[in-house]
Amino acid sequence: MLADTDVPPVVEMRGITIRFPGVLALDHVDFFLRPGEVHSLMGENGAGKSTLIKALTGVYQIDSGTIAVDGQARRFETTADAQRAGISTVYQEVNLCSNLSVGENVMLGHEPRGRFGIDWNGVHREAERHLTSLGLELDTRSMLSSHSIAIQQLVAIARAMVLDCSVLILDEPTSSLDRGEVEQLFSVIRDLRDKGVAILFVSHFLEQVYEISDRITVLRNGQLVGEHLIDDLPRDALVTEMIGRELGDLAALSKNADREIDRTGTPVLRASGVSRRGVLQASDIDVYDGEVVGIAGLLGSGRTELVRMLYGADRADAGTIEVDGREARMHAPRHAIGHKIAFSSENRREEGVVADLTVAENMILGLQAQRGWLKPVPKAERDAIVAEYMDALGVRPADPTLPVGNLSGGNQQKVLLARWLATAPELLILDEPTRGIDVGAKADIQRKVAELSEQGLSVIFISSELEEVLRIAQRVVVMRDRGQIGTLDSSDVDIDALIDYIANSEEGSVTR
Amino acid sequence: MKALTKHRLFWPATALITLLVVNTVANPNFAKVTVQDGQLYGNPINILRESAPLMLVALGMTIVIATRGIDLSVGAVMAVSGAVALTIIDRADDSNRVTVVAIAIVVAVLVALVLGVWNGFLVSVLGIQPIIATLVLMLAGRGAALLITDGFITTVNSDPLSYIASGYLLILPFAFFVWVAAVVIVGLVERRTALGMLTEAVGINPEASRLAGVRSRGIVWSAYVLSGTLAGIAGVIYASNIKAADANAAGYLIELYAILAVVLGGTSLMGGKFSIAGTVIGVLTVQALDSAILFLGVPPAQSPVFFAAVVILVVLLQSPRVHRWGRSLGSSVRRTPQEAPPEVDDDRDADRAENVQKEAVR
Repeated sequence: MLADTDVPPVVEMRGITIRFPGVLALDHVDFFLRPGEVHSLMGENGAGKSTLIKALTGVYQIDSGTIAVDGQARRFETTADAQRAGISTVYQEVNLCSNLSVGENVMLGHEPRGRFGIDWNGVHREAERHLTSLGLELDTRSMLSSHSIAIQQLVAIARAMVLDCSVLILDEPTSSLDRGEVEQLFSVIRDLRDKGVAILFVSHFLEQVYEISDRITVLRNGQLVGEHLIDDLPRDALVTEMIGRELGDLAALSKNADREIDRTGTPVLRASGVSRRGVLQASDIDVYDGEVVGIAGLLGSGRTELVRMLYGADRADAGTIEVDGREARMHAPRHAIGHKIAFSSENRREEGVVADLTVAENMILGLQAQRGWLKPVPKAERDAIVAEYMDALGVRPADPTLPVGNLSGGNQQKVLLARWLATAPELLILDEPTRGIDVGAKADIQRKVAELSEQGLSVIFISSELEEVLRIAQRVVVMRDRGQIGTLDSSDVDIDALIDYIANSEEGSVTR
Repeated sequence: MKALTKHRLFWPATALITLLVVNTVANPNFAKVTVQDGQLYGNPINILRESAPLMLVALGMTIVIATRGIDLSVGAVMAVSGAVALTIIDRADDSNRVTVVAIAIVVAVLVALVLGVWNGFLVSVLGIQPIIATLVLMLAGRGAALLITDGFITTVNSDPLSYIASGYLLILPFAFFVWVAAVVIVGLVERRTALGMLTEAVGINPEASRLAGVRSRGIVWSAYVLSGTLAGIAGVIYASNIKAADANAAGYLIELYAILAVVLGGTSLMGGKFSIAGTVIGVLTVQALDSAILFLGVPPAQSPVFFAAVVILVVLLQSPRVHRWGRSLGSSVRRTPQEAPPEVDDDRDADRAENVQKEAVR
């Protein structure tokens, strides 16, 4: 393992600043990548990891700062510029041509040519050479789509090697791989590292980051937090650096978490052993009347996958779900809605609002879907519902006839909350309801959730902000690496204990 | 005035009115209406009468497009429906009996409805892309129509049948009442029930609609059934007009004219928000243009080019980008400072930023 700070870096990024309309995506970030090291870039959602990668690969233009490769200042206008400088990227979603052969994919654009155009035998010979150097034995004439995602990922790396790269960027390469496939990928990565390739690794899996990395750089809110050798940064310190602390005026919110919950009766929802191969390991959760159960864990920990299965948005292939003590079939959102369960997705834009419809139409969409098209919600009832929630949630601007796409994120979130509350659910699942919205709207939404749960509504609340979870939930389900690792009483833990649990608890690792 | 130009139907209506005015100025007979035996005649009345098949087809197309779909089979469905209706009348003992004609029409429209069910099944249940799913019937339908008529152009002399396309009810053509009734019924069903809103929701964001519990399969399916049924009625009217079932000529290219009319009426091909009134205006525009070609005596060889040129003009007239150019050109010519910049919608900006950020996060 090299990881020696004295080796001159192959990539030097200094003072990188990228501004999007209204957002400072990167704020004077320095980043150094040395040959022969695996360097992990860590940070929560929106921290600027992808932006930094895109600056380095020429997808985004930097507003200020300098990029030097091999000591030479560079300006990347396009991705081709970056590739010429020896920087290759393998993305999470394999971007190869699945309808071409393995060999064609590896050599695409670099086919050896003979007198009569492309020398196809040469293509496959060359491709095979590159694949063998990665320890892969594949029929280069087989269709790419006939191989698993893991193999496709390795083919993508072989393709990167054809470009003779000195820097390899791996953006979430393991997110769809199982344990054995990850091992295969890691041995290829180690091999390349030992050959002197500088590898930039991005993953949400802490275990994998600690397994493969030599060095870690942490970003938060577009700023550099620190660069550490892996041995100098224990996991809980990493998680604290990633999440940071942000209290603001939310601390004033009454501590909903201390409310006593009667757990003697039948839970509103009880799920046991819910799982799906490659997506979620067996997880349990139960929610009682008037209770708020939080789900804590980093992105990719399986928290969204779990609630989507509870709601029937995706199917689980094992486990049982009981509603009010009776086993329920959750194969479509309609089934869950029939059981008075509502779900607000973390992906507000793609899975939440219907942008071109008005605020009012969006608010009554859930109720209308429940009643069917033949029974339109009468105008008087609709106006009453809309007026009630516009007021109760403080939607701004207070004009229900605007297309909802014109509203800010926080106000869209309020409209979605109204959509579900209008259906009078018994269990409300909120996935990241406060992400990317301003502090005021955040407080409004938390206050409303606390108020509703006091009145008897059960809530499952997912948030990346642990303070928020601890403030609002009576119990917290902790998840890591696609599975539940425990359930904590939130009065027993403070934030540091929770971070420690997420980072270090051993229970999670034994299930791997 | 500003509110008027902002109305979504302002530009489509302007295009139609301009077309009518230009034609009337070029030849005053274009707008001439005469009264004969208490019935109205003349070119404008003809436009209203001849609009019927395109209007019915475009009406169904509007709803299909709103679901993010397209129905290429409407012309073929017209051919099948005409063939079915005329074959029944032809084989009946007395082709002038009203009951015979009524049965023929009902059967023909039911057959068209079944074809719509087939299209809807392919799209909503099997998940085949609409353009491919309906292409199947577009190609096969005319063959089926030829089979029904044994490969001949079936001609009939039937007064009740002729009445549908050529007859008068009170002072106006019967066919006009048919399309008005269809527009009113579809308009009421879409807008007085929640069907229209749910259709738009599915067209704009299918995944969000699914998670909201909308039964999108039924909604998409019903759009194709409606389109097929209306095409069936259009096929009967077409056959009535030429008193024959011509499997090759019936509804030839009408799917493309229908799509054109829907777009001229301001409904986006991306799906989502739709406007039935806009489609009515769009169809009348296409029909008026068709009639202008005849009326202005454009030689047949040049008429497609003339048609295309006018369509381009109409589309440019409606393009928001052209409007912006027009405005900036106007203000720079007047040498006055630009109008107050468009109100910056802070929320929207913030949102866009968030979007960018989100993209960056991935």
